This record gives sequence, C-alpha cells and structure tokens, in this order.
Amino acid sequence: MLEIALELAFIMVALALILSFYRLVKGPSIPDRILALDTLYINTIALLILFGLYLGSALYFEAALLIALMGFVGTVALSKYLLRGDIME
Amino acid sequence: MFEILLALLIIIGAIFTLIGSFGLFKLPDFFMRLHGPTKATTLGVGAILIASALYFSFEKNTLSLHELLITLFLFITAPVSAHLMAKAAMHIKVKQLKKTQNRIE
Amino acid sequence: MSIKKILPHPILSLFLWGIWLLLNNDFSAGHIVLGFILAWIIPMFTSSFWPEKVCLKHPVTLLKFLGIVLWDILVANVTVAKLILGKTDHLQPGFLTIDLDIKHPLGISFLANTISLTPGTVSCDLSSDRKQLLVHALHIEDAAETIQEIKQRYEHPLMEVFPTC
Repeated sequence: MLEIALELAFIMVALALILSFYRLVKGPSIPDRILALDTLYINTIALLILFGLYLGSALYFEAALLIALMGFVGTVALSKYLLRGDIME
Repeated sequence: MFEILLALLIIIGAIFTLIGSFGLFKLPDFFMRLHGPTKATTLGVGAILIASALYFSFEKNTLSLHELLITLFLFITAPVSAHLMAKAAMHIKVKQLKKTQNRIE
Repeated sequence: MSIKKILPHPILSLFLWGIWLLLNNDFSAGHIVLGFILAWIIPMFTSSFWPEKVCLKHPVTLLKFLGIVLWDILVANVTVAKLILGKTDHLQPGFLTIDLDIKHPLGISFLANTISLTPGTVSCDLSSDRKQLLVHALHIEDAAETIQEIKQRYEHPLMEVFPTC
C-alpha cells in the first residue's frame, strides 16, 4: 500500500520537476526563471523526503533542510540583484 | 489503517506539488504564475512532511518531529520570497495580462 | 537585576528552545537543559541587535488567529487548485490596494505574510509610509468585498494582538 503510494508520488513529483524545468528554460522574463528555480528547489525537498520514506532512513532530512535554507537565500539574492543591480550594498 | 492514512497524505502532497508546478506551466502571465507554486507547493510539501513525521514516530517508535522544522521554515519563507519576486517583477516592469484590473504601469 | 536584564526577549528564548530541541530531534533531559541554557544566553548576548521590544497582547487571540490561518491555507489550496485546473480564460486577475489601519511593523509583516499564504492573493508592495498594501489577486469577483474580508478576518485580530506601543 505504502510502496504503491510512494511510487505514484515519485512519478507525480518528477512530472512537477519537468514542468518547472520547462518554465526555467522557456522564461520568458527573468522573474519567471527565478520563480521556476524556487519551485524546483521546493519540489526537490519533496522528492528527498519521499526518498527518505522509501528507504526508511531519516538521513535525508538534513539534506532537505539545507536545500530549504540555501534555496531561500538564492531566491532572495537573485530578486535583490534584479531590484538593485547589486546583491550587497 | 495507519498505512492508509500515510498513503493518503503522501498522495495528497504529491498531487498538490504537481498542481503547483502545473500552474507555473500553464498560467499566462508572471503575477498569475506566482500564485500556483507559492501556495500549492507549501501544502504539498507540508503534507509529505507530516506523513514523514508520522511514519518515523510510529514505525520506529521514536518521537520524530524535526520535519516540523522544515514545514515551519517553508511557511515563513514562502511569502517572503513571493513578495520579493513580485517586487523585482514590478521593478523591471514585467508584462501584465491586458485584462488585469488596476494595471501598474 | 531586574527580570528584563536577565530575560530580555522571552518570546525569542522560547523559540530558540523549541528550535534547538527540534533540530536535535531528541527530547531527553540533557538536551532540554542544554537548550534552555542556550536559549537563555544567546538573547542576553545579542540583545543589542533587537532594541525594539515586542509586546504581545491577548496570546489566545493569536492562537485563534493561527488556527483560522491554517484552515484558510487548506481552503486556499483547494480553491487555487480548482482555478488552475479549470479554464484560465475566465480568470480575472487584478491588483487591489488595501488601506492599512494597523500600525505596528510586526503586525504589518504578519498581515502581508498571511495574505500571501491564503486564497489566491499575494502581497506585492508596501507603500513607503506603511499605509497601503498592494495585493495581487488571481481571480477577483468583487474587489470591495475581498478587501473587506481581508480586513475583517486578518487585520482586526492582528490589531488586537499587536497594539501600538
């Protein structure tokens, strides 16, 4: 039961990754690409947690937490760059 | 019974994650695309994380709540990054759909 | 020494304690004590970073508010999912301007975050005098009603929790 649900979830999250990757490549504007990157990292968190569930190991939690932190910092830095033309003032 | 609940949470989470990215793919302009991922993805990942917390708490018989930390973190950061992206988009004057009410020039 | 010197930011301390315990994923006595010491010392040494005092009134209202927001996030997700899966040609996106009554900066940030998390609305910009919030909505049926609902549902409880002080 759980196995089937997990496999279905893998497929759906992989599809979600492909869709956001399409937006990353297509654009058309730069904020669109930033948004696509943001979505990609959130999807990756979901995928990692699902993989941890699949293997029954809690080790992947740390990786997911790190991606959450770094992804947020990345989004903020990129948006700031667009706003000011400079990341640090 | 417990397994069914877990499977349900996982499937709900995955569906919402997919819908969020589908919105990113389908909607016509940037400000509308902003709605899909920032919402559907927070609930999607939230449901999956709750499933993970439940699984590790009951299956392994040790209290495991650190998944809550990612949920909390995502709920705090998702609106902040959405706000910043919207500000950046307004700054560089991204095209808005013609029928948008009170368009910002 | 007064209580303010010893425990300058009680809410921050409580938060740090909780986060320490969650990060270690271990609720044994040792970690509870170590977390307590860290949560007590860190705000004391960094208190000059937070000169502003946060005053919370009516914590029960805040809890009720958080409950309402969580429920609304659930509803928001279903609504937005339906809108995304339906025909996008019928959607009527638009910008709304909300005149803020709330003055406390933390209250404004809470309100903006709540708006971003709930049905089909994202807060985009705050005017420089902190009096108007620009909000983008995915689908507007009645602009005035939407604004009224946001003010009623979110701003009023937040004004109770964060009074100007």
